Amino acid sequence: MNGGAPIQDPPALLQVERLTKSFPGRRNLLGRGSGIAPLRAVDDVSFEVAKGETFGIVGESGSGKSTIARCIVRLANADSGRILFDGTDLLTLPREELRRLRRRMQIVVQDPSSALDPRMSVRAIVEEPLVIHRVADPVERRSKVLDMLELVGLTRVQAERKPHEFSGGQRQRIALARALVLSPDLVILDEPISALDVSVQAQVLNLLRQLQTELQLTYIFIVHDLAVAEYFCDRTAVVYRGAVMEMAESKQLFRERLHPYTEALLAAAPIPDPAARRERRIILREEAATIRTAEGCRFRPQCFVGRDRDLCAALEPTLEQSVPGHFVACHFAGLLEDER
Amino acid sequence: MSAGEQVLSVSGLRTVFAARGGAVTAVRDVDLDVSPGEKVGIVGESGSGKSALALSILGLIEPPGRVVGGSVRLNGQELVGLGDRELGNVRGRDIGIVFQDPLTSLNPVKKIGTQLYEAIRRHHPRLRKHEVRRRALELLHDVEISSPERRLDDFPHHYSGGMRQRVLIAIALANRPAVLIADEPTTALDTTTQAHVLWLLDRLVTEHGTAVILITHNLGVVAEFCDSVHVMYAGRFVESASTPALFANQIHPYTEALLGSILRPDRLEEGPLAAIPGAPPDLADLPPGCPFEPRCAFGNGREICQTVRPEPVTLTGILHGSSEVECHFAEERAARGELAAERT
Repeated sequence: MNGGAPIQDPPALLQVERLTKSFPGRRNLLGRGSGIAPLRAVDDVSFEVAKGETFGIVGESGSGKSTIARCIVRLANADSGRILFDGTDLLTLPREELRRLRRRMQIVVQDPSSALDPRMSVRAIVEEPLVIHRVADPVERRSKVLDMLELVGLTRVQAERKPHEFSGGQRQRIALARALVLSPDLVILDEPISALDVSVQAQVLNLLRQLQTELQLTYIFIVHDLAVAEYFCDRTAVVYRGAVMEMAESKQLFRERLHPYTEALLAAAPIPDPAARRERRIILREEAATIRTAEGCRFRPQCFVGRDRDLCAALEPTLEQSVPGHFVACHFAGLLEDER
Repeated sequence: MSAGEQVLSVSGLRTVFAARGGAVTAVRDVDLDVSPGEKVGIVGESGSGKSALALSILGLIEPPGRVVGGSVRLNGQELVGLGDRELGNVRGRDIGIVFQDPLTSLNPVKKIGTQLYEAIRRHHPRLRKHEVRRRALELLHDVEISSPERRLDDFPHHYSGGMRQRVLIAIALANRPAVLIADEPTTALDTTTQAHVLWLLDRLVTEHGTAVILITHNLGVVAEFCDSVHVMYAGRFVESASTPALFANQIHPYTEALLGSILRPDRLEEGPLAAIPGAPPDLADLPPGCPFEPRCAFGNGREICQTVRPEPVTLTGILHGSSEVECHFAEERAARGELAAERT
């Protein structure tokens, strides 16, 4: 950037501060063993999403990535923390005001079928949110719906059909139209392409990009595939067992990842090119992940850097800024860099 | 290669499902040869027929589906037409199976140990009790289940997804089968767990000399695991080649488009992705010509592609070794690939 006045960061549309969410423990079905201990699904997570930004949350199953999303749209109740949407704390907001704000944030999930009533026509499905929120009169609603369907690539003729007459990719387009018809500011996309055929995934990613530009949307994109996050998101947070391990601009994360878990995620992804076939240097042992760590780093039992280090066993690393905009929670982040 | 050298030889296999408004042909006259110890990938999307092919080979197609033609020879023995009992003996002994979802393949109310004992006893009824237990422990050890003595008495739900899949691999390999059929074995797993399971599977089948048919939608998994690959579309292999050849030069436009539309983890792409228009075809309503024509960047709108089903073309060359491709323009496209390779 070429000098002049200091560049002002765009205002954050969403600020998540110290978000925590636990699920109570329970005994197992047979009432045997130690059962399941209380689980901190989201553990002191903070991040900001700027207007117009795409923020990626990458994690594997059990990482808490979907719970974060559910807390934001209040489908799950956070234990503590603040979620500021355009400056208003969602967690303390009275129900009626929350309802009004909810129009401005929508969620699209992995399996579109669960969100689409099989008995309704596509037009009725997309119109429903407008009816619920009492937006516009029937004539105006109808034209809004058809415009939205056209925007996601569906025709007027298709609007009268039922969801089962569509392919997986088209159903995801319908779910998108339904989410976007209320003109939200923030759209949370929870694994929106994972259930789709490989040949269709790229179509939907391209469509999401196009819609973002045309409708000036802000995205939170939740995904298990680091490569997809790095391609699609401006910034990406890598989460592991409820906590952020590393967060940076996606390009920075790709080039200079600092956390051993980020490295392991990347090393685990198979490359579609036998010429690039790698020796498997890093293999995470899944059984180690079930070891509960009372103290120290939560990734340590699986970590190829810190497994046998006293510091990692004794002290939980906090998320620190290593260079501007690049945060990492690891005592030995620099070490990994040296190795590379 | 003569037929005698193949551990598995499939020819003209055809599987049809009865459906409302007529029959759907899921597998259309497929030929497949597998050499001992070879790792063969079958890559395809939903509805391509890849799972129906696996079930047909195993004799596990259930009504309304039916194998209506062709032959499956395992070590020279014909499997098509065998009774359930004989097929049952073949499965688990000569052919091992691993499916995508380990929870449906394991019995939830039986201990892991019991299920392992049953798998071992099924084909070795005369083994003594302590020998069976020792063998079960060995198997768990082979698939890297830590402290196996302690884990024999666990139930499947005590195991994580990756552990369950490793147990299924142990069961599938318990009797040292000649062939293992693995249908999306890692699709439901996390990436890091997938890497472990694939690495382990690779080590074990190499040690035992087991041939593998790996069915997947993931070209990355193919690149990493397989010696050769068949790309399946609408019930047919549209491109078959060695893995290095296929990834070096895709002759079928579908293969090329599929590879072009996925993100590589070792590169940072920018700009829009090369998406394939449309969706995989409805098998009940295939176009008269090439099933890929409506989505094909190369053949869309060409008369021959719209009206004539392409026949398989065998191609030999520096780049692609010996490939088989079902495309009217296979020779032209192969020559172009060779030319491009010579220039660089």
